[in-house]
Formats: sequence, structure tokens, C-alpha cells
Amino acid sequence: MTQSVVVQVGQCGNQVGCRFWDLALREHAHVNKKGLYDEALSSFFRNVDSRKSDGSACGVGGRIQHLKARAVLVDMEEGVVNEILQGALSEVFDSAQLLTDVSGSGNNWAVGHMTYGSAYREQIVDKLRKAAEDCDCLQCFFLIHSMGGGTGSGLGTRVLSLLEDEFPEVCRIVTSVYPTAEDDVITSPYNSVLAMRELTEHANCVLPVENQSLLDIVSKIKHMSHGKPGPTIKRDSTIISGQGGLSEAEKPFDAMNNIVANLLLNITSSARFEGSLNMDLNEIAMNLVPFPRLHYLVPSLTPLYTLADVSVHTRRLDQMFSDAFSKDHQLIRADPKHSLYLACALMVRGNVQVSDLRRNIERLRTSLPFVSWNQEGWKTGLCSVPPVGHSHSLLALANNTCVKHRFMELRERFTKLYRKKAHLHHYLHVEGMEQSCFSEAITSLSSLIEEYHHLDATKGRFMQDSPRLSIAR
Amino acid sequence: MSVVTVQLGQCGNQVGQELFDSICSDSQDGQRKTYSSASCERFFHQTTHGDLVARAVLIDMEPKVINHSMTKAAHSGRWRYGDASHFSQKQGSGNNWANGYCVHGPRHREVVEELVRREVERCDRLAGLMAMMSVAGGTGSGVGTYATQCLRDVYPKSYILNHLTWPYGTGEVIVQNYNSVLTLAHLYQLSDAILVHENDTVHRICSQLLNIKHISFSDVNRVIAHQLGSVLQPALTADSHGAYSRNPLGEMVSALACHPEYKLLSVCTIPQMPSSSLAYSTFSWPALLKHLRQMLISNSKMEEGIDWQVRPPAASERTRSLTAGASFNTSLANLLILRGKDVYCAETGGFEDPALYTSWLSTEEAFNLWKSPVPFNKYEKSATLVSNSQALLRPLDNMVGKAWNMFASRAYIHQYIKFGISEEDFLDSFTSLEQVISSYSQLS
Repeated sequence: MTQSVVVQVGQCGNQVGCRFWDLALREHAHVNKKGLYDEALSSFFRNVDSRKSDGSACGVGGRIQHLKARAVLVDMEEGVVNEILQGALSEVFDSAQLLTDVSGSGNNWAVGHMTYGSAYREQIVDKLRKAAEDCDCLQCFFLIHSMGGGTGSGLGTRVLSLLEDEFPEVCRIVTSVYPTAEDDVITSPYNSVLAMRELTEHANCVLPVENQSLLDIVSKIKHMSHGKPGPTIKRDSTIISGQGGLSEAEKPFDAMNNIVANLLLNITSSARFEGSLNMDLNEIAMNLVPFPRLHYLVPSLTPLYTLADVSVHTRRLDQMFSDAFSKDHQLIRADPKHSLYLACALMVRGNVQVSDLRRNIERLRTSLPFVSWNQEGWKTGLCSVPPVGHSHSLLALANNTCVKHRFMELRERFTKLYRKKAHLHHYLHVEGMEQSCFSEAITSLSSLIEEYHHLDATKGRFMQDSPRLSIAR
Repeated sequence: MSVVTVQLGQCGNQVGQELFDSICSDSQDGQRKTYSSASCERFFHQTTHGDLVARAVLIDMEPKVINHSMTKAAHSGRWRYGDASHFSQKQGSGNNWANGYCVHGPRHREVVEELVRREVERCDRLAGLMAMMSVAGGTGSGVGTYATQCLRDVYPKSYILNHLTWPYGTGEVIVQNYNSVLTLAHLYQLSDAILVHENDTVHRICSQLLNIKHISFSDVNRVIAHQLGSVLQPALTADSHGAYSRNPLGEMVSALACHPEYKLLSVCTIPQMPSSSLAYSTFSWPALLKHLRQMLISNSKMEEGIDWQVRPPAASERTRSLTAGASFNTSLANLLILRGKDVYCAETGGFEDPALYTSWLSTEEAFNLWKSPVPFNKYEKSATLVSNSQALLRPLDNMVGKAWNMFASRAYIHQYIKFGISEEDFLDSFTSLEQVISSYSQLS
């Protein structure tokens, strides 16, 4: 069994991370009735016996003493981290896992990446090493951050390249929250494009998430559950609910952050729990990334909630598969059905059999355009343990060219500012930052978009099968 | 003589567990003592307490499946796996053949060889080794190939049979065609015979013949175990002189895989029906054999939707290479295994028709018959055909075609190169398999 370490950077990263740990504990409590520290728990938590003087971790199999998250929390302001430490999750983190400063990055990528990146380099590497050493077999780093600000975006991507340098063998899966067009941070396009270049070069996989999509999902659920006659929703089953977790009051953004937390829980479910067709984290990158730079995966989660009454199993199941490909369930605004699929992974949890999977794949593939050399490009995983409150769930990760539209929008917003050289001096004043950083970043983004264009051009065209090798008789 | 089984990867371990379960329950089914003890000797060794311990080594790069299989076996109460007969690591092969073959395989070579050696030493006499794996993933395919290579080095004179499960055509793993091509090309040089089950076929058997509504991998694995069991359980052969054969793998290999270019074997077992219907059904050998023969020549892998229009080409047409019956399945050699009541009355002349076979072997060499008077797995009569024919030609060709298309765009290649194989290695594998495809096409 492998372990993963979560690195949460910046305000958004830490808030999402906080929800993740809460829901992870809830999930394991639900499954782990005997209170034993098992392999599944050890993938995200250490078990520490605080009576031992060195506070070292206990091995798998004993009773749960004190669970400590395998996490590193970084923020250049203290507010968010302090709130976590005063909240219900305070026991789960060790002070050694935290790195904070006081003044923040002022929404400036350069400050986060260059200034703090250099100043805290050794401390960060130190904390990462410690977390890695506590793992028997470290498989993956999950980095959670936002793109639009200064710390998450700048320092977060600096951490990413440190991870690549120090732990080249370990997979890096990044959950990036992209700003919407109406973002109140004016310089978010600069921060995002500068960060994009780092993601393209140093991440193994990126799961882009947009606030607008999360908001839409939240309002859809609230609409369903308020004052409408008819079927009622099971309270703790929605993917926005934190009910049953440690924290009591729901804070704003909690609902949206819970969605992202659920994304991370579902991605790791097959690596933690057993099933008839396991899917490990290293298999995700292997199957979904055909070319090294094209590693942006569109996530979609279903179901959003479970109805309280029990309806026909198969029909509900098939609906779940259809929903995964509908626009309402994607975590970024994207229309994959009208772009080109390079690859698609379906991670199913719960009481679903291989025949259900096959039936739905057969049904759906006719309406989904796949690239010519990967017409049957489906990666599937079946995990027997469903998420809390559901009997089954599905996470679809699609490597689809539709992400290029988001990137093109980002490029446009960047260009609007850059043409006028607006706010540029804030960045160029920072030591280590030069104009070339900007031009290189936008070039990287443009060439990424080009690669997607190139693949899209093959769509719909009848591609001749490559001539096979012929054997001399 | 005993068979030592090496179960590799998730599929190999899941199917292997079902196989031993099926064999154990069949051999203990109130059957005749000689059959029962021959079967037990072949697949299990008995501890001093009388426990049956499977002659098996379980290998996987992550622990969940092995734990599950060992627990399931122990719960059966009738048999179990050896406590120390398994090896697992913490992290899987990531569906990457190169990771399995170049990294995990060599790293754990000694442990695997040691585990197999211990099992082999527990056998009075070794009939051979059987490696069970899938071709789609990373461990079964990559580590399995490397392990087969090691076994071939350590046991150069022993028979090595590889049982492969081919994945569903519409994907379980996106890079499954790459992994399959690399595996098959390498195994062709190492293995004595390659016995194949296709998930698509077995799935159809589950849905159309067994009427299972919600098919799970356990159902699929149980069918594979049933079919494989019916091949491997004790039988009387032409050479065994009235006793159960002591050299099943050797006899199968010499019966079917006499030419190094032709090693792919397919399996068909009839009848297959829900156990609830068994009590109400009667079987006759003529009917079973007629169906099985037509299934062979029309390349129908199950007993439903058989195309009765397909006929072997008439004698005058035999000289032309492409003839009537582009859908006619030409065989190189066949092994028919009959089990059950009145087996000595079964009339197998239909399988001795030279029209079924390619012209290089005489019918005596091409057709082989094994029998057992003991019913297998609750079926009063059952017939299994192990066939070296064109039955796998189309699936193989499809697999190579899809892999080649993907290779032409170089998609995913960077993932393999990272672990140590090159584009040259890919090209070599493609070349080997095109050769195999060409050879099988020329059988007609």
C-alpha cells in the first residue's frame, strides 16, 4: 500500500485542504469500524503514539492512537492556518508540518515564486523530506493551490519544481483552482499564465477546477433541496456536505471546497480500498497522458446527491454514467462532447459490476468523439467501497482538447493587461523577475494551445490506418 | 506429476484462486479415488495435518489482491495457499509493461525464483510450470514476461505453459494494446504454449449461456477457471496406458504446439449452463460433438449463434490458398477432452476429417483425444476443445492493428521509454507478431 502527501499552499489551497482532511476522516470512520490503523488509513495518515517520547509513528495493524495527516501546509499569511489550528482539525496537524509568514504575497506571483521561494527553500525541502521519510512507500504528492493569487500560484509552483528536483520518481498531481473572468484580483491573468508554464513543465497531471463551475453545482444542489415537493435528498449524501465530519459550522466556500475534496477522495479511493479492478495513482498518469505536456484532465463527479427514496438500481446507475458526461457535472466550464477526447478514465465506487461498466461504455462511446488512434481509449477502475452517503459514485477524468478554450481565454485576458504593461512594475521590481519570464510564459501557453489545435484538426477527418509492417514471405 | 502455478498480477491471482477452487471442489466431489488423488497430487500438496495447500506462487506488485485471494481460499475450508508462498510490493506497475519488465522484474528476480524453487522441490516429479496473467496491465504482463524468462533459464527442460487473459476490446486499460503486443512477442520465444481466454468471449458466455444479469469479474473468472480446469484435470490419454496421464503439459504441448511459429491455443468448453438448469438437462455425445465441431470450423467460441452455413472447403478446392469459407477456421491441431458418463461410446470421427486441418500433418498427428469417465464440475457430460487454429487470428490482428495506429502517433511512448525500452524494442515486437499473423493466415 502506498502513501500520498498533500501539500496545500496559499489561502485557497489550505481551505480546500482543510475540507479534504475533514472528509477523509469522515470516510475512514465510516468504513473502519474496528478502530484499527489499517493500510487504507495509512495512505493519508500517520498513527502517532504521543506517549512515546520521540512521537514516532506506529506501524499498521495496531489500534488508532493519534492520527496525523501526511501534509505540509504553507501560507505566507497566518490567518487561514491559524484558523485551522484553532478548529476541530487542530489535532491532525503537527506544528512541524506548517510553514507560515505574516505579510502575504500581495497577489503577486513573483513575490510568491521568487522572493518567498528563495527565502524558504530550505525549510520547505526540509518539511517535505520529513513527510516523505515518514512514508513506507511514497507514491504521490497532491499539490492544492489556486492560480490567481500570489502565494498559491507563485510559491505553490515553486514548491512544484522543488518536488520535481528532490523527488523525481514520485508522481505529482496538482489540483489548481483557476480564476473566473470576473475575478476581483486584477492581476490574476498574470499570475495564472506565469503559473501555467510551471504546471506544464513540472506537473505529471493537473486537475483544473473553476470557481464558477463549483458555484453552479452548489446552487443546483441547493435548488434541489430547498422547498421543493417531491423526492428529498439524503442530507449527508451531497458532495457539498460536510455533515458527519469534525467541523460543525459550515463556512462560506465550504460547500465549494467540499466538492474539490471529494474529487481527491475519489481519485485515491481505488488505491486505498479494494475492488475487482484496482486503479492506482501511477496508472492515472500512465493512461491519461499520451504526450508529456498535454496533462490537463477535466474532472467530473456524479452523483451530486442521492435521493432518499430508493429507485430502480440500474436506471439510476446508467443515469450516473450519462451525467458524468454532461456539462453540469464538470468542474471546469468545458464542453468535452464537442471537442476531441484523447483519453478518458472512469473511476467507479460502490456496488457496480463490470457488466454495468461495459454496458454504459458501449452506450456512450458513439456520442463521444475520440482521437483516431485511441478510439477505445477508456481506462476503468472498480472500487468496492462507496463514498459516505452513496451506494455508488463515478469520477470521470477526461483528457480532452476542450481545455484549450479556457487557456485561450486566459491568454486573451493576459494579453489585454500585458499590452498596456499594466501593473507590470510590481512584478519586475521583484528580484529574480525579468520581462523574459512573461514572454516565455505566454509562449509556453501558446504552444500548448497549438498542440491542442493540432490534435483538433484531426477530428472528423477520416484518418487512414497506418500501413502495417509487411513480412517477406 | 505435479504442476506448479505462478499467479501474476491482479488477474492472474484472481483467476488462479478460482481455478484452484474449481479443481478442488471437482476432485472432492465424491468422485473415484484414483481421479481424486491424481488431481490432488497434481495441484496440491498435503500437509501433515491433512490440509490441502495449492502448489502455487502468488506474485503482485501491490498487496491488496493477494491478501484477498489468500483469504478467500482459506475461507473455503477445503484448501488454502501456502503461508509463505507469496510476494508483493507496496506499489504496482502502473499499467506500464516497461516498468514491470525492466524495473520490478529484475529487482525481485531472486525472491520469485526462490519461491518457485521451493514449490518445485515439494513436488515428487514436476510435470511443468504454468504462469497465469493478463496482458493488459503492467505487472501480469511485464513482470509475468520477465518471470517466464527467468523460469525458462532455471528450468530449461521443463514445460512452461502461459495462460493469458486478453482484455475486453473496448478497453480496460488504454495502453492495453501496447502491453499485449510487447508481452506476446516476448512470450512467443519463451513459452511452450500460450493458452488464451478473451474477456469479451467469456462475458458473452456469462450473459447468454449462464443468464447472469449483473456480471462481475468473479463470474468471468469462474468461467475461465471451469474451462481451464476441464483441460488440466486428470485424463486418460493415448500414451497413458489406462491410467491417468502423468505428463499432461508435455502431452498437450507435443499434441498441439509442434511448430515454433504456432503456439496460440484457444479453449472451448461445452455445455455451459446455469447450475440451476443442470438437473433438468440431458446431454448426448453426438449432439455435443456435432455442436463443438461446428463451433470449431465456424470459429464460434460459444454454443449460441453458431453459423451452420460454414463448411470445410471441398477436397478439390484445398489446393487454393484463399477459398470458400473465408469464415472457415482452419486448424493446425486439435485436442479434444471428453469427460463424463459413457465417454467410451463417444464417436469423434467428425474431428478426424482432414478437411478441418492444414495439409502438413496427417490426421493422426493433428487430432488428439483424451477421456475421463469422471464427470467434471457437476456436468454429466462435457467436452473441451483445445485448438491450435486460426481462432485467435482476428483478435490478434485487431490488437496489433490498434497498437500500431497508436504507435504511429507515438502516443504514450514517452511513458515506456522512461523505464528503459526503446522504439526499436517496439518495432521488434510488432515485427514478431506480424510474422505470427502471417503464419496463421497461411494455414488456410
